[in-house]
Amino acid sequence: MTTAWNKPLPTVAGETKAFWDSCRRGQLVIQVCEDCGEYQWYPRGICANCWGENVRWVQSSGRGTVWTYTVTYQNRTPGFAEMVPYVLALVELEEGVRMFTNIIDCNPRDVHIGMPVEVTFQTATPQITIPYFKPAG
Amino acid sequence: MVDLRRAAAIVGIHEHVTRYAPDKSELQIQGESVIKALADAGLTKDDVDGLFTASSSARNSGMNLADYLNMYPSYVDNTTVGGGSFEFHLSHALTAIAAGRINVAVITYSSLARSGGVSVGTGGVGRFGHPVLEPSPDSFEELYGMTTVGLYAMIARRHMHLYGTTAEQLAEVSVAMRHHASMNPEALFRDPITVEDVVGSRVISDPLHLMDCCIITDGGGAVVVASPEVARNCRRTPVWVLGTGEAIAHQGAGKRDLMYIAAHQSSPRAFEMAGVTHDDIDMAMVYDSFTITVVETLEDLGFCKKGEGGEFVSGGRLKVGGGLPINTDGGGLSSNHPGMRGLFLLLEATRQLRHQFDGTGRQVPNCQLALAHGTGGALGSRHSGGTVILARD
Repeated sequence: MTTAWNKPLPTVAGETKAFWDSCRRGQLVIQVCEDCGEYQWYPRGICANCWGENVRWVQSSGRGTVWTYTVTYQNRTPGFAEMVPYVLALVELEEGVRMFTNIIDCNPRDVHIGMPVEVTFQTATPQITIPYFKPAG
Repeated sequence: MVDLRRAAAIVGIHEHVTRYAPDKSELQIQGESVIKALADAGLTKDDVDGLFTASSSARNSGMNLADYLNMYPSYVDNTTVGGGSFEFHLSHALTAIAAGRINVAVITYSSLARSGGVSVGTGGVGRFGHPVLEPSPDSFEELYGMTTVGLYAMIARRHMHLYGTTAEQLAEVSVAMRHHASMNPEALFRDPITVEDVVGSRVISDPLHLMDCCIITDGGGAVVVASPEVARNCRRTPVWVLGTGEAIAHQGAGKRDLMYIAAHQSSPRAFEMAGVTHDDIDMAMVYDSFTITVVETLEDLGFCKKGEGGEFVSGGRLKVGGGLPINTDGGGLSSNHPGMRGLFLLLEATRQLRHQFDGTGRQVPNCQLALAHGTGGALGSRHSGGTVILARD
């Protein structure tokens, strides 16, 4: 059964297309700079550290820990208004960068800082697949 | 750096006392505020050559405002970095005046957030009126149901985790602000509250309760800033700008520890410029969008060590008569919060330095130096911080 996706969808730009293409294949990729070796998040067309142009896509392990989180009980936005309470979180990937996400497939009360999590994907539209995190199995 | 201490002064202020004005436009509130702030200073329309404003709703805010007021300013600044914009404006006005570009600047703001039904804190992605996401960073954040309160709640959660800060300590901030509001006849909420009231109010985004969150009102105001030569001939005793510091904090490509907020960068700049120390500050106006905002800001301003903010705000220290009175108008938690509140920090700091409340419980005794720190945006993702230090003549 499919229902129409009523949450916001990302806008794909040239510098982020490879990320969204990878999500559609079930892979979480991040960027690393060929010049300075630094990982970065969110994806962008330059290295945020050394401002070089040689950023390369690499597959993340998809594993990390909850850096912080909140259980949200109020959001007026359609799609989220019906979803409350949900867990908004910052997850620190094993590669060392932190990304915003939802922790899903668990009771919000069980989420805690330091909790091991792993990436999981949900298909929003034929073009867009969105990464989320769930408790590590 | 060039010594800019006392290179400009606040000479006129006005707070539009409305908290609900469905019959007015934002421009009308700004217009009325500018007129009365200039009258407070003893200046006229023709004296003004600099126009500073920010808006969370209207585009082209500076153009539209100049049009409405029928002014032709020679210096315009629409720096819009959220609620702290007006501390940035004061900093920029100081620099423009010191450089001789202008003599008199007006900084003004208004919002109809309440009568417009704007869900400032919980509106989600629609809260700023941009339903189509930008490729970045929105497209990596708003998919997950970000809210302003949620972004502050995540910082509160980690602060509790790292430092043992409690919900009761955060509540102390709300209690102190309400105490001050009880002495402000214009404040929206004036009935005293207790720590139990705050922690017993419903949870909006864990661990922040309803009464950890600022209120939503309409409102506006204006500040007139002038060169020393002009200031000396104004109706009011000047309130001098001693130091300013500006900063932006953000995720740092996924690596910054946002437990340190923009105040950590802006505060040393302002104190160094002013040449004063924390012990010299008699009162502070600290942006109180949420209770955690005050705790984090006081730490990163340097009034206490990182992690000790929960203890610092407890026991009435923030009330007049305590060690560091803050937000003596009742703050955004109880007095008013029309979308962006930074302007009102300058207004109340000026009133305190004018000793406007002498003989009442609202006046900080012998107030000589005040600090205002505006925060705009969200602590958990990206935000601005503007610190200003003001002195009585």
